[in-house]
Amino acid sequence: MPDDPLLDIRNVRKVYGGPDGLVALNDFSLQIPRDEPQIVTIAGESGSGKSTLANLVLGFTKPTSGQIVFDGMDVGRLSSREMAQYHRKVQAVFQDPFGSYNPFYRVSHVFDMVIKNFKLADTKAQAREMMEEGLNAVGLKGSDVLRKYPHQLSGGQRQRIMMARAYMVKPKLIVADEPVSMVDASLRASILDVMMKLRDEGGISFLYVTHDLSTAYQIGDKIVLFYQGTLAEEGNVTDVITNPKHPYVQLLIDSVPQADPTRRWQGEIELPAEEELRTARATGCRFVPRCPHAAEVCKAALPPLHPVGAPGHRASCTLYGPERAAAE
Amino acid sequence: MTEPRNVVLKVRGLSVFYATPTGDVRATDDASFDLYEGETLGLVGESGSGKTTATSGILRMVSSPGRIVAGSVELDGVDLLALKEEDLRRQRWSKLALIPQGAMNSLNPTMKISAQIADVIRTHTGKTPPRDRILELFQMVGLPGRIHDMYPHELSGGMKQRVCIAMGIALNPRVIIADEATSALDVVVQRVVAQTMAKVRDALGVSMIMIGHDMGLMAQMVDRIAVMYSGKIVEIARVADMFARPAHPYSKILIDSVPSLTQRQALRITGGITHDPRNPPKGCIFQLRCPYAAPQCREPQPLREINPGQLAACCRAEEILAGTAQAREIADA
Repeated sequence: MPDDPLLDIRNVRKVYGGPDGLVALNDFSLQIPRDEPQIVTIAGESGSGKSTLANLVLGFTKPTSGQIVFDGMDVGRLSSREMAQYHRKVQAVFQDPFGSYNPFYRVSHVFDMVIKNFKLADTKAQAREMMEEGLNAVGLKGSDVLRKYPHQLSGGQRQRIMMARAYMVKPKLIVADEPVSMVDASLRASILDVMMKLRDEGGISFLYVTHDLSTAYQIGDKIVLFYQGTLAEEGNVTDVITNPKHPYVQLLIDSVPQADPTRRWQGEIELPAEEELRTARATGCRFVPRCPHAAEVCKAALPPLHPVGAPGHRASCTLYGPERAAAE
Repeated sequence: MTEPRNVVLKVRGLSVFYATPTGDVRATDDASFDLYEGETLGLVGESGSGKTTATSGILRMVSSPGRIVAGSVELDGVDLLALKEEDLRRQRWSKLALIPQGAMNSLNPTMKISAQIADVIRTHTGKTPPRDRILELFQMVGLPGRIHDMYPHELSGGMKQRVCIAMGIALNPRVIIADEATSALDVVVQRVVAQTMAKVRDALGVSMIMIGHDMGLMAQMVDRIAVMYSGKIVEIARVADMFARPAHPYSKILIDSVPSLTQRQALRITGGITHDPRNPPKGCIFQLRCPYAAPQCREPQPLREINPGQLAACCRAEEILAGTAQAREIADA
């Protein structure tokens, strides 16, 4: 099966709390090719469904409907033994570089555990060599960090060590859920750089879950943007960031504070007074209450993904499809 | 901005240390700055740089094991650090209000929004405000009147944050200190809350200190910026000057590390690790991570005027501005 994708997310839906519950993720599909490692950014505001997607891909929660297939395995139907095998191929790096460590153990403990769990090494010397290789991949040296305690390292170093830990397992995919949002700005670049290096030299793909469009733009290949559990826009990251089409994505990109005092926000924006409820019964585009272009047709059904220019650049908006013209 | 302006808040030599078993941590060390009438001053720095400690020093709210070691904080000519506790209480909030970090989560979940705002006013004035005053405050921060009888859990994060701004302005203060007031919010909501703060500031003519770590937000919001590193203010400048020509190497690194949304470029990585705060290096506080560190940096580096209105604590600032300073490689870890 050389042509089948590495990760194939097929029409996955996740509803919390029964048939009338909250739709955290609405019929979402995504493929990551096998032969071409990519950093795929999953972006959106809090509650948009991005972490739900990360948890689904990691097998922490099961889809309500649809299927996630990784390397021929149906992720929603793995036994616990198969799940352990799966996690050799799909690793995770989480947001909090402080909470992921036990403060009583030296840094080497993190590596000892993963080597033991996955039986990666037969001898101590081999284990030590693996740690060194993993740390070298993220620009650190074993002699500098392994004997230290977590509090002796910066947030950036801790997060790079988490990347090294994931890398040691030699996975094909790393799910990185907000890996830089708790790290100081001047140290973020070192982590993002490691991600690019693991992609280019280690052949590892990433699902990079973030609310920060600027870092996605700097390192990402493809981007998918969620709004309230639905896919608003997807495409090559440069196309989407420089030429956003969905009104929500346009507003989002316009609102990112630019580090340039000569280019300040123009115009005032308002938020709707009420939060919209996202039950399974909701129909139509979720952005209608805030959208300057909203029309009756937008309320009828969720707009399909329409092509909006560059290959693979698509937006879920009636502005780009025939349904709007047909209704008017 | 060449006309002489009134200084509302004058901070001089403020030092706040935390006692630890192995020595004092100099969380805020000899900080001096002025806040002018009607201006917004940004106080930026990374986690642990002492920005929040500096504000608790200004408000005289440092709690043990911290203590104010030295300095003065003059608000309209009155030194807050020399006041008696009872007199200080009257100044706090009525003249100097704080929107604390994570303020929206500090609302009492069992009290109605209106009752919490009334509580603030009653505590500091002894009088219960009329309903109209509370509705007026809601209106100023762009909140609908119907939240009067609601509870915090019924509001979104952005609305709760605006309730906290309403509390901050309830007594018409001279100065508002907003500590990371928008940092837990989504970008669109952040923009709305920032817009609300700017509107309130202009309507009331209040001065504001905005504390944060996001240089992007600073560029959007403030008139002048003070950059802190490990307890020290290393540079103060007008926002346009700071972004166009930062004089301190750390300010430059902070600005360069903001990823752009308009240009895709190679990431700039800074190495080095911060010193132990109990044992700062002699001389310049930034020398261990500074690409321009030289032997003369082991001498004390006071803030000095480099250009009109631009102060930096760096002996090589002129060379850095002229582009003649040679950078060195810094090893990590």
